[in-house]
Amino acid sequence: MTASQIVPGAERHLKNHTSLLASCGNSLTMAYRGLLKIRRTPEQLFDVTLQPILFTLMFTYLFGGAIAGSVHNYLPMLIPGILIQTVITTSVVTGVQLREDMDKGVFNRFRSLPIARIAPLAGALIADTVRYGIATLLTFAMGYLMGYRPAAGLGGVLVGSLIVILFAWCISWIFALFGVVARTASSVQGISLLILFPLTFLSNAFVPVDTLPPWLRWFVTVNPLSHLITAVRQLANQGSIGADFWLSFGGAAGVVAVFAPLTVRAYMRRA
Amino acid sequence: MMDHTSPGTGRAAHRAATASLAVEAHGLVKVFGANRAVDGVDLFVPAGAIYGFLGPNGAGKTTTLNMLATLLRPDGGRALVFGHDVQREAQIVRQLIGVTGQYASVDETLTATENLVIFARLLGLPRRSARRIAGDLLERFDLTEAGNRPLSKFSGGMRRRLDLAASLIAQPPLIFLDEPTTGLDPRTRAQMWETIRSLATTGSTILLTTQYLDEADQLADRVAVIDHGRMVAEGTPDQLKSTVGVASLQLRLQAADDAAEALRIVESVLGVAAQLPEATLVTAPMADPERVTELLLSIRNAGIHLTEVSVQKPTLDDVFLALTGKTAAEEKGAKT
Ligand SMILES: Nc1ncnc2c1ncn2[C@@H]1O[C@H](COP(=O)(O)OP(=O)(O)O)[C@@H](O)[C@H]1O
Ligand SMILES: [Mg+2]
Repeated sequence: MTASQIVPGAERHLKNHTSLLASCGNSLTMAYRGLLKIRRTPEQLFDVTLQPILFTLMFTYLFGGAIAGSVHNYLPMLIPGILIQTVITTSVVTGVQLREDMDKGVFNRFRSLPIARIAPLAGALIADTVRYGIATLLTFAMGYLMGYRPAAGLGGVLVGSLIVILFAWCISWIFALFGVVARTASSVQGISLLILFPLTFLSNAFVPVDTLPPWLRWFVTVNPLSHLITAVRQLANQGSIGADFWLSFGGAAGVVAVFAPLTVRAYMRRA
Repeated sequence: MMDHTSPGTGRAAHRAATASLAVEAHGLVKVFGANRAVDGVDLFVPAGAIYGFLGPNGAGKTTTLNMLATLLRPDGGRALVFGHDVQREAQIVRQLIGVTGQYASVDETLTATENLVIFARLLGLPRRSARRIAGDLLERFDLTEAGNRPLSKFSGGMRRRLDLAASLIAQPPLIFLDEPTTGLDPRTRAQMWETIRSLATTGSTILLTTQYLDEADQLADRVAVIDHGRMVAEGTPDQLKSTVGVASLQLRLQAADDAAEALRIVESVLGVAAQLPEATLVTAPMADPERVTELLLSIRNAGIHLTEVSVQKPTLDDVFLALTGKTAAEEKGAKT
């Protein structure tokens, strides 16, 4: 075993802050680590892959005839709904994995390295966009296999996909906050799904709003996910951008404006 | 109890002394609820030394180390690493240290190579250099073959070595090793000792914690003994051992009736205070092995029969017994 002589501590000239460039580099390295982990443990992706396939199959044949007259007519309505449901559910993983990561020994090493404090959080948020991308791709592919031909063509689908990924990223700040402040990973999962379950099902994702009783109709119309789903439907099926798009966009920006500072503050206090 | 007075007084002398210190801590305190885990620790680690931090489980070793490594905020006192304050200049301190914690701080789901490459990239090395350094370190720690295996297939010793390798990427001048050999089998333990010694020859300062007196004795140039968050002694291993006695002589008697007479003979021949921990067991510090022959002859001449003669090397417990008058276990019991 050989090693060269090290430079004595008193002779080193060092700075006490991390430059912006270095911080970005650190965050990208942490994102790379996140991707490696996805590759090493592909079973993590079960929810992202199985949910869109299973739900699309189930709901299309179960409700297609009843709601839209035929399976084929139901798809343009259903696919954007399933897409939002899947991607938003996926964004919970950000919080769960952040908590798991922070509880691990390797996190202590990150904290002892001269890197930007925010890098592990930023890296996790970046890496998770890949999950949303996979979920989006799979949902549209599943729809295509079953006969869904979005009227707006590939362009509309692409813009719609990007919007969905961006939106999921914004929402993931909420779950990141849960992840940072929660005691255990399973509690993050539990709380997050408890909130998401009613939000995704009590929306216009699966059924037309006008069939609902008034009190439920009220909830479904104020549910921000309904607006997002409508926006994506308009993008993919008509190639148009309407009020729902701007509403969703504003809502997502609002979520980031509120939750990003909260999450970063809570995170920095613990990191 | 020994003291760590630095040579010379006055400001200039102090500054000169400070420059050659890798770690300097004054009155470090950490409180967890009602538990004063670290209760006013002063520490002076000369640059280039292997410094042992010796204490039983729960003494406050890890907590102290974590404060020095910027992982834990002290509740009182201050600490400097090569003259840089661990709280105000944390990011500088992090560039000067390598930390190998008590529990593995590597990523279980990734391979050894991937772990090292990621740490190297985080330290700002370009991709190519990161790969090269990862390869070099794996070779140096005899892990090349296992480099692409997931860590779940690693043995305890391999994990420790990888953890240590990860701490050396930036070639830090100060390395913290928290109980580097606890839980390792004797052979792996000896290898780890060799590794630590060769690390010291590169000019790194090493601050290691241990529960074993012989480990501190084998490796450290200076040792601090900590108990209940307080330092109870500081000095070279030889100084420390001289407070304990080199080893303890144990004589097992055939008949309990002879105990009083045996005790008297031991005390008069060895010239030390002997003890009678059991009805038929006489123990005494054995400062000079030469006199044991004489002692055994005297015992035979007195017609006392022995069933067993043994020599017990001093343990951490003996250190505590000598320093505090109580064993570590007794102290623990008294506290809870
Ligand atoms: N995070 C923590 N919260 C509460 N108590 C702690 C924490 N870490 C350590 N302690 C307590 O502080 C004391 C010292 O612990 P530690 O520094 O780990 O000892 P050692 O490393 O010498 O075994 C112990 O009584 C331990 O229970
Ligand atoms: Mg410990």
